[in-house]
Amino acid sequence: MARTAMTGTAAATTGAVTLLIGTRKGAFTLRSDGSRRTWKLSPPMFLGHIVHHMMLDPRDRRTILMAVSTGHLGPTVYRSTDAGKTWKESSAPPAFRKVPEGEKGRSVDHVFWLTPCHANEPDSWYAGTSPQGLFRSDNGGVTWTAFSYINEDLQYLEWMGTVQDGTPDGPKLHSIIVDPRNPKHLYFAMSGGGVHETVDGGKTFLPLIQGLEVVEGFDPATVTFHDPHCVRLCPSNPDRLYQQNHCGIYRLDRPSDQWVRIGKNMPKAIGDIGFPMVVHPRDADVAWVFPMDGSTVWPRVSLGGKPAAYVTRNAGRTWSRLDKGFPRADAWWTVKRQAMSRDGHDPLGLYVGTTSGEIWASRTEGQRWTCIARHLPEIYSIEAATFGR
Amino acid sequence: MTVHIPSALRSYTNQQGEVQVDGATLGDVLSALDARYPGFRFRIVTEQDRIRPHIRIFVNDQQTQELLSPIGQEDRVYIVCALSGG
Repeated sequence: MARTAMTGTAAATTGAVTLLIGTRKGAFTLRSDGSRRTWKLSPPMFLGHIVHHMMLDPRDRRTILMAVSTGHLGPTVYRSTDAGKTWKESSAPPAFRKVPEGEKGRSVDHVFWLTPCHANEPDSWYAGTSPQGLFRSDNGGVTWTAFSYINEDLQYLEWMGTVQDGTPDGPKLHSIIVDPRNPKHLYFAMSGGGVHETVDGGKTFLPLIQGLEVVEGFDPATVTFHDPHCVRLCPSNPDRLYQQNHCGIYRLDRPSDQWVRIGKNMPKAIGDIGFPMVVHPRDADVAWVFPMDGSTVWPRVSLGGKPAAYVTRNAGRTWSRLDKGFPRADAWWTVKRQAMSRDGHDPLGLYVGTTSGEIWASRTEGQRWTCIARHLPEIYSIEAATFGR
Repeated sequence: MTVHIPSALRSYTNQQGEVQVDGATLGDVLSALDARYPGFRFRIVTEQDRIRPHIRIFVNDQQTQELLSPIGQEDRVYIVCALSGG
């Protein structure tokens, strides 16, 4: 069973790790032994359903929420309070306001992102949807309502753009981040539509896009043109955020509102385009990315067919390639924004899922990688969980 | 009337492929189904009261996507998952 040990000034987890895996054809778990050397794959859960995200509640380490849709059916959220043994559907999944007849209203296509609220708000969760919407549940995911004004705000609707402005399978609200020091201080990101912040519990949100670049030829002052792929806050220093953007890798040190493009320090032949970003829970100078080919028609595969993660250990001043154990050639992987994750152990475990259905793990913070599952459906998301007793 | 339930929705109906409900319109029928099987309606009707893009509904042999479509007591309603997926 997992327990907590202290490493330096922060708590490191120990014991078995369970990967919660969302795929285009259902959910799976991969559970390790205590050493993280051997892994056991579960049978599929909700086979055939599109599972966008599955998240353990860190406040009780038993409850899991799962964002689900199917090719035919609309979106919903399932909840398990027994670590995934049984599931119950939300009685009121995230949904936009019904508009009067004759007006054009929005409809949630799928729930894309799940974030537990602050540690002092048990049973409360945020959800981000496609098209972009921000929702909250205060009863453990049983019912959901719109959070704040942004789902209806004309300015925000303009910034969200149309379905054609978003990612290929729909524009998304993602990277909902709660400041661990203050439940009223939140960030979220939209693809497209930029990064946003509230310091008053959602009464007001403001864009946080200074220093971010946009596609060549467009005006970076226009919020709509911004496409953050993944934003992460450093648990060991909540004033520091990292971001993998459509146009580079960035760091932000608050109270500054100026993102710095630390991806400029990546090797020129690799560039700084990709989807996921992972930060170290106990060292805010350490972060990982998984670069994708962003050239010409945006292939979004490992550059040259040679997969590699990159790590910075000095807040983005320099980057090192981490590819030991990965295929040396002919591996044209795509890794989506939710498909790279970490556990809390020391040394940290890293996990990468590919759209071709493989999961690769490193018990050494990326120094060496091993394939721990293959032949899965297209992987959308991985979260590393440590269940309680 | 009789409502034919596609396999994708039978997790709501205790695996029943046909159920009997009452209602004067298609909207009434779907609301009655939702009352008996909570969550059923939202999986096939959006919050804007539109039948979802990959769902088709037939009343006898006539397709309708309008919730106000009248339904007779002897009609048969077919909820169909359109050809999609893969």
